[in-house]
Amino acid sequence: MLSFILRRILIAIPTILLISVFVFSLQKLLPGDPVLAMAGEERDPEVLDYLREKYRLNDPVPVQYLTWVGNALRGDLGISLRTNQPVTELIAEKLPVTIQLAVMAILFALVIGIPAGIISAVKKGTVTDYVANIVALSGLSVPNFWLGIMLILLVSVRLNLLPASGYVPLSEDPVKSITTMLMPAFVLGTALAATLMRHTRSAMLGVLKSDYVRTARAKGLHERRVVLKHAFRNALTPIVTLTALLFGELIAGAVLTEQIFTIPGFGKLVVDAVFNRDYAVVQGIVLVTAVGFIVMNLLADVAYVLLNPRLRTA
Amino acid sequence: MNAFKTSLLAGLLSATALTVQAADLRIALQSDADVLDPDQSRTFVGRIVYASLCDKLVDITPELELIPQLATGWEWSEDGKSLTMTLREGVVFHDGTPFNAQAVADNIDRSQNLEESRRKSELKSVTGVDVVDDYTVRFNMAAPDATLLAQFADRSGMMVSPTAATAAGADFGLNPVCSGPFSFKERVAQDRIALERFPDYWNAAEIHFDSVTFLPIPDTTVRLANLQSGDIDMLERLAATDLAQAEGDGGIAVERAVSLGYQGITFNVANGEKGDNPWGNDKRLRQALSHALDRDAINQVVFEGAFAPGNQPFPPTSPWYDADHPVPARDVDKAKALLAEAGYPDGIDLEVQVPNTTVPLQLMQVVQAMAAEAGIRIEITSKEFATLLADQSAGDYQASQIGWSGRVDPDGNIHQFMTTGGGINDSHYSDPKVDEMLNAARASTDFEARKAEYDGARDVLIEDMPIVYLYHQTWIWALDTGLKGFTPYPDGMIRLEGVTLEN
Amino acid sequence: MSIADPILTRRPESRVWKKFRAHKSAMLGGVLVAFFVLIALAAPILPVPDPAATDWGAVRKAPTAAHPFGTDEIGRDVLARMIWGAQASLLAGVVSVGIAVLLGVPLGIVAGYFGGWTDAVISRCTEALLAAPFLILAIALAAFLGPSLTNAMIAIGLSATPIFIRLTRGQVLSVKAEDYVASARAIGLPTPKILTRYIFPNVLPPVLVQATLTIATAIIAEASLSFLGLGQQPPAPSWGSMLNTAKNFLNQAPWMAMWPGIAIFLVVLGFNLLGDGLRDALDPREH
Repeated sequence: MLSFILRRILIAIPTILLISVFVFSLQKLLPGDPVLAMAGEERDPEVLDYLREKYRLNDPVPVQYLTWVGNALRGDLGISLRTNQPVTELIAEKLPVTIQLAVMAILFALVIGIPAGIISAVKKGTVTDYVANIVALSGLSVPNFWLGIMLILLVSVRLNLLPASGYVPLSEDPVKSITTMLMPAFVLGTALAATLMRHTRSAMLGVLKSDYVRTARAKGLHERRVVLKHAFRNALTPIVTLTALLFGELIAGAVLTEQIFTIPGFGKLVVDAVFNRDYAVVQGIVLVTAVGFIVMNLLADVAYVLLNPRLRTA
Repeated sequence: MNAFKTSLLAGLLSATALTVQAADLRIALQSDADVLDPDQSRTFVGRIVYASLCDKLVDITPELELIPQLATGWEWSEDGKSLTMTLREGVVFHDGTPFNAQAVADNIDRSQNLEESRRKSELKSVTGVDVVDDYTVRFNMAAPDATLLAQFADRSGMMVSPTAATAAGADFGLNPVCSGPFSFKERVAQDRIALERFPDYWNAAEIHFDSVTFLPIPDTTVRLANLQSGDIDMLERLAATDLAQAEGDGGIAVERAVSLGYQGITFNVANGEKGDNPWGNDKRLRQALSHALDRDAINQVVFEGAFAPGNQPFPPTSPWYDADHPVPARDVDKAKALLAEAGYPDGIDLEVQVPNTTVPLQLMQVVQAMAAEAGIRIEITSKEFATLLADQSAGDYQASQIGWSGRVDPDGNIHQFMTTGGGINDSHYSDPKVDEMLNAARASTDFEARKAEYDGARDVLIEDMPIVYLYHQTWIWALDTGLKGFTPYPDGMIRLEGVTLEN
Repeated sequence: MSIADPILTRRPESRVWKKFRAHKSAMLGGVLVAFFVLIALAAPILPVPDPAATDWGAVRKAPTAAHPFGTDEIGRDVLARMIWGAQASLLAGVVSVGIAVLLGVPLGIVAGYFGGWTDAVISRCTEALLAAPFLILAIALAAFLGPSLTNAMIAIGLSATPIFIRLTRGQVLSVKAEDYVASARAIGLPTPKILTRYIFPNVLPPVLVQATLTIATAIIAEASLSFLGLGQQPPAPSWGSMLNTAKNFLNQAPWMAMWPGIAIFLVVLGFNLLGDGLRDALDPREH
């Protein structure tokens, strides 16, 4: 088990290095001069030259890259050209916001997706199953930014039920914090709920056909008990793995959701930074997100091994 | 016993005072501010925050007259080469540092010499600052500069605590210390900038809020929805298309002022190789485009008639507007005639770069449709703002839809765009007569004399037309009807002196 | 094809088609997709107004008989723009996936079949690209290339490539382990022949399924990029750019936001249903 984890970590290292190269070169490819973009209406050539020098934008690209990686290893991701705030500070500030959004979305998805998947598997081939499948596919097919604007129009503008935008820290006002994030979490969680439902269904279908479920039924156990205790427990492994994997995708999905609901999280930060050519911020966020994604993958693998009795004993 | 009574009374008084004064004023901004250092700052929304955070040497009235703020009076020398100011006594910065002539000298020094300072060009004319006494300061110049006072009414005149500035250096913006009515509390990027009441403010009696929070909310519909639901108390830059809805809401008041800035189409006249094209070489084509446009219709279609059509760098309401060249009516025949005269009787193509955001795109599509009727086939190339700016300054464009947020002194709207080698002269337009007149307008402090120079330059520019001006934005604020005493200013700022919130 | 060939007989194919036809939801998906494809192709001959024709007397007018879907912010017919916009959306979906398949499948085959260092390099790059969130990657690429529909397609295509590399590589690895491939190699069949005869036909079905599903994702991605101003540029219409404009007039003109959203939803649903159906039909395990 330990050697398995170690090997996985070793494989992750070159991947992360490659990501850093990608992230860095991508930034260098972006058109427009970040210093000029920051300057707005104030374009004093002397100051612009000084700033290029200060942020080492005139160095050869490989030197810039090595400087950046060297600093990143020491926990310094540079400072935002726009606000002068350190990127690590910005990330620390935004991460809890996006994580709260992602967790709420996942909770929503679990609550809807798993029961729907179980019911649909148990009632395979019936109208219930068919409807559940269509609803799930619809969830996967609806563009979530559109769902977001429609909800804002209906729930906030027309009905004035929930706030249309913003973020209240959980520590400041838990109730307001959660109500503010209800709509965004719903929007972000829709596709996830659909994915979970579909995977739960297929995992359950596989397990329901298996020998020990048949045995459990033959023993005359109540069907509810068979489904929940025996079948679902075994179907859980792929579901947990999937949830861990999807967590990474959620962070990416948060990009547009945050943009629409004006939530000051990771996604909004990175999109604004791309448009403002705030290099250090884009590099920092993509790097952190990618590393986070790899870590989630690693955790998913570990969870898979831990949850799977056959692999554990092996 | 007596003391107890007094304190009880004081307690009661302050308790009632609290219920009268709303604790927190929440203002939604269209975007997030950049670095909060007046010397490094470059965004419009940043200036809105400073209006509550940092006092300036002078301020303006809604009619653009200069009035005292930290300076109580000023006098120009006979030759116009020095300006002596008397300063307000008893003013302290948020960190307790006293404000005096030395502080002013330190501030000018910082604006001129901090490597990162964006104020260098604004203060270029100042060659030295004399501390005459504790509360008198003299600015010396090599040549007269009429624009200096107006610069002091903006970021160049914002006074930061010399103690804090020396300690923080270029990082001052992370924790700005000024002398305005509110002091900096915290900033969460893209979420909020929170300021709290500064008890030792020299004009504290006029300030009726314990704190102000600025919230960046880019989406106009969402901004308005937040005001309607009571999550914010006011917002700046309401979209013209939302006016009807806001005005129809009994709980919302709308205030407006025509801005000092403009929007237009800048042509590449001689900026690099791309300047050598029919549109850059022949002013008749540029005139034809101007004639092909119905500026009133543009205003109606895109801005519900709320903005001001324009054809000069100053809005028609400005005292600097040259009334001899009024906003022209649309004349398609004349446009066609000009095209034919220039050798394009069958029409001509024009590539215009536009920022890829909705309002400029909508504007350009209307312009495109109008120009097409005169035979001008516009191709819209939308670019991200960062790319657009870089291409424009590098001369990699034929025409560019861009504007200017406007300055109090007319010089700020024209000099750097139209003079040879001007800082933002992306057309590379150059005319010795225009240079001469615009420089002369800088040197005089007499309104009539300056106006004559600007009018003279306009006679040339309206012919050459390196920029086809289209309209002047109107600042529209929407506020809770409980908010009283707000005065709209043409500079778009939000000044909180005298503003109260009643419920 | 020789009659004696044990792999390429006609029977399985017709069985697949039969299964597919019996798949109700897949047929529904097919109908939806066909509907939008037809509309997109027929756009020039349909009796709708010019999608670029402006009418300043009818700005943001609610649906009427003359404009069944209403008009937009500069008085253009929304129905006409929807119909022409279908071209942009479908093109974006198909072309970007085409790019991803053309790049991803060969790379995946190379990585899977030849293994070794080639595989290690390709696989690490794939993993690294997969770790960067799809949309952020696409946004950065689109910003790099400049806002236009073509560039958005390239950006989406490149961002989706790693999915196909990984899928193909995995498929190749499993086929390579089969006995018949091993024996083909043993008898010295040239590599190109093994690739075309044994590897490629086995890689194709899952790639086809994935491609159909990725078209759905790509259409949403194009809409997302256009929504951020990085896709189709005006005055040419696309559903995403229509939504981008519409969000400024949500309250005054909700129809401007409604129709493009519904259209994206339906066409994406169509591709998802089709992909699901294909997967079931091509799956050899389920009968």
